[in-house]
Amino acid sequence: MATRSCITLYNFFIYNSNFGPREGEEHKKILFFHPPDASIDTKIKAVGLCEALVKFTETFSDQPCESLHTLKTRQVFFQAEKDFWMVITVTIPRSESEKDGQPITEYHEEDVQDSVFRAVLEQSYKMFKLFMGTFTNIIEKTNLDQLIYRMDHFYSRYLGTLRLSQADIMEVENGIHFLPLDKNTYLRIQCFINLIEATFSQVKYTAFLYNDQLVWSGLEQDDMRVLYKYLTTSLFPSSLETELKESPKTGGPLPQMTSSSHYGKYVTGPPNLSDPSNCGRIPHIYVNTDSKYEELNLIVYRALSATVCLMVETSNIPGFEWYRSIDSFLGPQLSSLASDISEQYNKRTSVPSEQQYKYIYFNHMNLAQKTTIHNRKTLSAIINPEIIRLIADINADFDKTVDDVETVMKTMLDCWVVGKKSDQREFYVVINQKNANLIEINEEVKRLCSTHFNNIFFLD
Amino acid sequence: MAEDEGFYIELSPHPTRFEPVSKATNVFFDEVNKQVFAVRSCGATGVVVKGPDEKYCTNFRMEDKGEVISIKFSYDMKVLAVQRSQKTVEFINFIPGLDVVEYSQSCKGKTTRIIGFNWTNINEIVFITDHGIEFYQVIPEKKTLKLLKSFNVTVNWFVFLPDSSLLLLSASSLGNVLHPFYFKGGTVLKLPKFEVDLPVIPKPPKLSLLERDVTMSNIYGQVYIIVLRHQQRGPGNLGAEVVLYQLQKESPAKKTDVLRLNMSGRFALNVVDNLIIVHHQASKTTMMFDIKLGGDFDGYINSHYPVLSPLPIKPFKLKVTGITSMSQPGPEITHITCELYSPNWIVFQPNIIIDAKLGCLWHVMLKLEPLVTMIPDKGRLMDFLLLRTECKMVILSVCKQALVPGHQCNLPTISRIFDKLNQGYRNYLEQEQQGTQGVEMGMVKSNRKRSQAVVDQSDMYTHVFSVFVDNRDVKHKFIVAVLMEYIRSLNQFQIPVQHYLYELVINTLVQNNCFYQLHQFLQYHVLSDSKPLACLMLSLESVYPPAHQLALDMLKRLSTANEEIVEVLLSKHQILTALRFIRSVGQVDTVSARKFLEAALNTEDKMLFYTVFKFFEERNARLRGHARFVPGEHCEEYVKQFEDIFGSESFMIVTAAS
Repeated sequence: MATRSCITLYNFFIYNSNFGPREGEEHKKILFFHPPDASIDTKIKAVGLCEALVKFTETFSDQPCESLHTLKTRQVFFQAEKDFWMVITVTIPRSESEKDGQPITEYHEEDVQDSVFRAVLEQSYKMFKLFMGTFTNIIEKTNLDQLIYRMDHFYSRYLGTLRLSQADIMEVENGIHFLPLDKNTYLRIQCFINLIEATFSQVKYTAFLYNDQLVWSGLEQDDMRVLYKYLTTSLFPSSLETELKESPKTGGPLPQMTSSSHYGKYVTGPPNLSDPSNCGRIPHIYVNTDSKYEELNLIVYRALSATVCLMVETSNIPGFEWYRSIDSFLGPQLSSLASDISEQYNKRTSVPSEQQYKYIYFNHMNLAQKTTIHNRKTLSAIINPEIIRLIADINADFDKTVDDVETVMKTMLDCWVVGKKSDQREFYVVINQKNANLIEINEEVKRLCSTHFNNIFFLD
Repeated sequence: MAEDEGFYIELSPHPTRFEPVSKATNVFFDEVNKQVFAVRSCGATGVVVKGPDEKYCTNFRMEDKGEVISIKFSYDMKVLAVQRSQKTVEFINFIPGLDVVEYSQSCKGKTTRIIGFNWTNINEIVFITDHGIEFYQVIPEKKTLKLLKSFNVTVNWFVFLPDSSLLLLSASSLGNVLHPFYFKGGTVLKLPKFEVDLPVIPKPPKLSLLERDVTMSNIYGQVYIIVLRHQQRGPGNLGAEVVLYQLQKESPAKKTDVLRLNMSGRFALNVVDNLIIVHHQASKTTMMFDIKLGGDFDGYINSHYPVLSPLPIKPFKLKVTGITSMSQPGPEITHITCELYSPNWIVFQPNIIIDAKLGCLWHVMLKLEPLVTMIPDKGRLMDFLLLRTECKMVILSVCKQALVPGHQCNLPTISRIFDKLNQGYRNYLEQEQQGTQGVEMGMVKSNRKRSQAVVDQSDMYTHVFSVFVDNRDVKHKFIVAVLMEYIRSLNQFQIPVQHYLYELVINTLVQNNCFYQLHQFLQYHVLSDSKPLACLMLSLESVYPPAHQLALDMLKRLSTANEEIVEVLLSKHQILTALRFIRSVGQVDTVSARKFLEAALNTEDKMLFYTVFKFFEERNARLRGHARFVPGEHCEEYVKQFEDIFGSESFMIVTAAS
């Protein structure tokens, strides 16, 4: 079998037709274009085609145009804000083979799923909004040149981090892993957070994570979803890398105790508390952009596996002493909380999981997500990509209806994929059971549901 | 109210008044019955007895047979014992039908001298002589006494604790060897003697431990011998101390606590509400000690300092009724300020002060309210208050104050207060449990002493939280933080949280649009499941749609709310989901078909109605062998509707298997 090429980024651009309405000013519509080295002609043509498509399809539907399928590419459209269109184009994987001595190129259109790339595109907007604010607001506050500058600043790096070939159902669900915890520990964390916010009045919102799992968010759900994505896919992995680089000599993975006998340290904030000249790089974030429009400093502090995100109003920039007092307040308490949680955590995860099946669970109401289909560390799928795509297809079907539905599929490789939707919850199971029949699979799924979901209203 | 501040000890507002001591009148106090005897002219012109209530008040005359040394009624007030000489005690019956002719009992031995006597039971009396004790049974009908038991010890003086029927004798030439005796129903138990260490041993030896420096009291359910220990004058004098010896059953009393008075001079002791109250005459101030409130422990003995700095007793004004004058219609009323810490004061246990010259008997009382501002450390304040009997309202007002601006405490302090309250609450619940078990096993509850005060959830809700959440001056974030702190504390002590507390949390969050926070609480089951809570969530669906899912999940977990789940689903027109649900819980055979048919018809979805109708036809067929609805199901209307829409040929026909 011939090898397939990967899905790659063909182009990515943002335009607003209002900015260059006259002939000869078309280039003004383009706010950002990737690849940057494309000729102005290519850029104008690409934008022009999209404008035409969007306008043309408006005649037939009040729903805006979503995607354009071609033999070699797939283009997805998204109107991020009024008249601001974002477009991503990816290549369709192809394979070369030979038939009768003739080379044939095959394009695998089914490998690229609209829902997945639409999610990728929307995510790229939300991430921009989190760190830069909305397009409209930037123009209102500064000017168009600023917006163009910021887009370039943000996307030129952001696009490099996209892993398009690995994009799958998880992009669509874009959920949050919550940490399972007993009530008492949870209450302790809750009270700890209340205490932080009451002691340090500058702290407007707080979020608490353990490893990559969320325990508490003071932010609203939508903002937390984007922040969570940033923390788990960007900030945490990169801070872990620097940590590993910094301590090459110590053999064990144990973090070093700081002088003040706790494990706390800033992930964003002062890297060294005895050096007051360096407050470190602290990201700004924008939250509640459709209501209060708040600009905040994101200060991330970690002890062992527990992370606290402190969101401080930018109008209230704390001095170096503040960081010191936060450290001496948070450090010991967070360290002890973290080790208590880890005790519980290890108890829970030590249960052996010799399972015949793998699953994805997602709840639209609280964005809770669980997956055994993906590797927890790398977040990449550990089963056949074809099956993963199948799940995304079932999910796309589910989106079209409000009713509770169930889909059972069998692949060519004798693998069963079952998707269930009950109220706002979705559950996908992959069962690798040779020679099973539909009834057996149905029974198996029923059994799974009753063991996993006996405490929620999830109907068979 | 301003004048009330600055005092934590006061005298009871209505003292018992009696005829003051004079040439003609002698006054006696009996610690057992708490009676004051005013004896005029040796009883010839009358004896006026004032007690704590009507039952213990009386007056009578008796023959003048000489100076009265001591006079005491028996427990039931039926026999009066009067000591007029060092050798004998006379008895007078106060029993209707029996004459009042006196009878008497002398002590044994020619040189024996009676120091005093005490009633120990209804008809039992003990004579304390300089040679020991003689324990008698009084037989009023026969006008005789019968010796039950006697012990020989050389006695200097004695102290009696009526609550526990304990007698303490001072022996040895120094007076510091103490013999406790315990009286119970006709028997005497001699407890191990013990020695009180003296600051200096005089040479030649003379009586050094005096009666006035020794008292006995019940503190926190234990009997203590309380010894005032004066220090020698001179440099390095730290002032007097009070030493507490805890009485033991099997072994000599154990020195457990020392109270550092840091003053010297004349002292008097009371015990009020398990606090040791020490009055100091020279400075006219009073100190207060609580042996359960910490202290410095050196491995053997706990040293205590006063709970607060010494303060005077609240000034007392005595109402005096003057002689009726012609010009005024009523008797003239004047107020005179009593001299506090007067040399005429005599202090009795546990909490009595008598001014014999003034003719007043007061009870010493504790004022808790002023203490609230005097003890700045709220944790210590709570510890102190929780050990008092009448503390509940004070504690609740402290809590209330700690939450609102003005005297608002920070969260760690509030958290500590809650933990202290709930620790007590937990202990109480445990005792309750053991108590009921004990009763079941037929055990006597004699060992159950007064437990700590309990401030439970409903107290906190009614007096503190329900007022607090409506306070507009408090930020909702703080309100939620406080409530969560309380819920955390309850959980930590494994006390089930009542749903009204959850409702406060939910309402506060809802009023401030903090739905996502609420959602997270429910997700972690911080707010425990209950039907009322589920109903509350359902009512929130219009403002926060996910509340619907949360409510359904909760009802499902309750597993006793299947009917409610069906109602919710039907109200949302999710008729098929409702049918699937009842099938999953195995209640298809018992549900009312009418309810489902009605809901299906209301959707105006004909196919849905058809489906539901067929579902129940099948059920009927399975249950009864035919598809028709029986009259009891009240489905006639829907049968007719079905016929109108789909025609009679659509009814299910069951052909009996032949």
